[in-house]
Amino acid sequence: MLVALAAIACMAGAAADPAERLPDPAQEARARTLFREVRCLVCQNESIDDSEAALAGDLRQVVRDQVKQGRSDKQIRAFLVERYGEFVLLKPPFSAGNALLWATPAIALILGGVLMALLLRRRAASAADGEDSAPLSQVEEARLQVLLKDE
Amino acid sequence: MITEFGAYALVLALVLSALQMILSAIGGARRSSLLAGAGRGAALGAFLGTALTFLALIHAFVVSDFSVANVAANSHTAKPMLYKVAGAWGSHEGSMLLWCLVLTGYGAAVASFGEALPPRLRAYAVATQGALGVLFLAYTVFASNPMARLLDVPVEGASLNPLLQDPALAFHPPFLYAGYVGFSVVFSFSMAALIEGRVDAAWARWVRPWTLAAWSFLTVGITLGAFWAYYELGWGGWWFWDPVENASFMPWLIGSALLHSAVVLEKRGALPGWTVFLGLAAFTFSMLGAFLVRSGVLTSVHAFAVDPTRGILLLTIMGIAAGAGFAMFALRAPSLNSGGLFAPVSRESAIVLNNIILSTATAVVLVGTLFPLIREATDGEAVSVGAPFFNMTFVPLMVLAMAILPAGPLLAWKRGDARLVVRRLWLALAIAAILGLAAFAAVAPRSALASAGLVVGFWLVGGAVLELAERVKAFRAPWPEVRRRLTGLPRGAWGTTLAHAGLGIFVLGAAFETTWRVEAAQALSVGGQLKLGAYELALTDVGTVEGENYIAERGIVKITRAGAPVCEARPERRFYPTGKQTTSEVAICPKVLDDLYVVLGERRAGPDGQPAWLVRAFVNPWVRLIFLGPLVMAIGGLVSLSDRRLRFGVGKRAERAA
Repeated sequence: MLVALAAIACMAGAAADPAERLPDPAQEARARTLFREVRCLVCQNESIDDSEAALAGDLRQVVRDQVKQGRSDKQIRAFLVERYGEFVLLKPPFSAGNALLWATPAIALILGGVLMALLLRRRAASAADGEDSAPLSQVEEARLQVLLKDE
Repeated sequence: MITEFGAYALVLALVLSALQMILSAIGGARRSSLLAGAGRGAALGAFLGTALTFLALIHAFVVSDFSVANVAANSHTAKPMLYKVAGAWGSHEGSMLLWCLVLTGYGAAVASFGEALPPRLRAYAVATQGALGVLFLAYTVFASNPMARLLDVPVEGASLNPLLQDPALAFHPPFLYAGYVGFSVVFSFSMAALIEGRVDAAWARWVRPWTLAAWSFLTVGITLGAFWAYYELGWGGWWFWDPVENASFMPWLIGSALLHSAVVLEKRGALPGWTVFLGLAAFTFSMLGAFLVRSGVLTSVHAFAVDPTRGILLLTIMGIAAGAGFAMFALRAPSLNSGGLFAPVSRESAIVLNNIILSTATAVVLVGTLFPLIREATDGEAVSVGAPFFNMTFVPLMVLAMAILPAGPLLAWKRGDARLVVRRLWLALAIAAILGLAAFAAVAPRSALASAGLVVGFWLVGGAVLELAERVKAFRAPWPEVRRRLTGLPRGAWGTTLAHAGLGIFVLGAAFETTWRVEAAQALSVGGQLKLGAYELALTDVGTVEGENYIAERGIVKITRAGAPVCEARPERRFYPTGKQTTSEVAICPKVLDDLYVVLGERRAGPDGQPAWLVRAFVNPWVRLIFLGPLVMAIGGLVSLSDRRLRFGVGKRAERAA
């Protein structure tokens, strides 16, 4: 319950607050995109784009200042990580430590693909031997047919 | 007195669950219909006991009996009645009791409605359900008893978090749990089939209705949660890839995979091992969710009732149940028959691909959710995994799955003809591509991804409609023939069409809303104006209103479009004195598919010394589809379920005739 209470303080995104905005709309748009990747450090799981917490406001200021100074997205991210650790990024960088995270989709897909290939190959092999044996007993098969007839 | 009675009934339910497990197991092993029948009776008793406890807890909440610790901690006399009742499942203890209620309820359902099942399979399933009941009821009785009394009775309760005092959230947990815990039946059936060593088409037919029911409830539950987040949190979003959201999403993904693989097993006898594996996995993910949400190992905006010590207990329970399940699977899987044959281009292959992608997606969500813990444990580095990660990994996977989806139902079993499918679907593809390109031209290059989303959405809806048209031979056969086919179409086919179209509707809404949302914010004094896209917003008044248990500042925002009035939004900022909490109450002006969404911010000093409020407003185009789509999917599931129930009847009649 306490956690949920703490979360309230952070809610209702304030990034659109006109008082904070950058005058150049292109720069402002870039800052907004960056906000969505930066974690509000004192909140539960929100970006600084969503958060009303004071610290999120400070971080927005930092990002906007740097965007204004013409620093690249990469430089800004590096700056934030140096200051607050990787925790500040909602999308962990590609690094050895995060290899498992980023490799998961590929590993799972390849594993699935290999399993499917094996399945199809075994099917092809047993098809050469003739049809697969009936897994049901005669009584069950008859009952299944009755059930299936409703199709 | 009623509370003591409730506490007693809960212990009784625990004892009856133990009896249910033992009697059914022995009844199954010895083929004794007497013992198995006694086990089923115990299952009904366990449900009755849990239901009585649940009613006793609701009673304690309704009469505000603060001598019950749980009521004192989560209720208040000034709370509206609906939230007093809903408060019964708003806490750790209460929600665990709801979990047990659903668990024993499903057990009682298997015991009462499973007459068409083979007696041994049924006995083992009831026994497994009893074992799960023992684990969770013991946890509730000994570690999380909602009926515990306080020696020092407070005069007033601490009230329920005002964010949770919301109609959508009052009904969100019952639906969610009916889904989450519904997978326990599938788990029990999987265990029963593994104990018997037989997984076949008939088994798949018996398991599918339970899977469909659980999946449909879970779909509604998740949608209610997302809807709540949309209008209660006030940031205009509806899904945040938050650990708690992920916890409920993983069983849904696995359940979706299971629904499809069970069809293959039922129609073609293929994939028995894989289907049983998914059957065990779905409830394992439900238990994992229960652990993640309650243990506090992960931080989340939704986390509630967090308690690390009891988290360990929940983890242990999950370890015992899942461990037993997968050990059994490892033991029996090699001896399972591998079933029917199919070619690389066939409906079976399409469904296997669907399963591979859904499982990969589940793995991504799982690793993404747990990764901060993994890093912390391995090298102590604190990292965050949030929405940008999931958008980059999960979304492309889903696009891939949806790209092949419409082809699936049009492919023949065993050996399909890809050219035939292309010939039947080119219209859907052409419409989707044209609309997607048009959207791209309108907003390019800002949102190539959103245009892709629209293509996928139209492709899904078009594909579902064309598949239905194909089945009834629309445009090809004379009308009476089409009508005959339409009325003769099994409900399962309607269910498939609805579910697939519903997914398309959701994708359209999500893509449209994310791309074309218009946002505006300004500090306004009374009389101030704000431009929001084509709309003009004017703050005409801010007054104070008093609710049942809160005081609110309410702004009156008149919305006009080119001078013509559109609607009057009344966003509020509520203060709940009992918990000293402030919440913001979003005002939503619903258009047909769009929402005008207005949020009133904190009072501040305006530029000319007058008080001003930060008014934020959004136009959320097509946002309705985001919530409508999943509802259509759930309705599809229920329509399909009504088909199955008919078939149960057919099975019984056939048996009587035999």
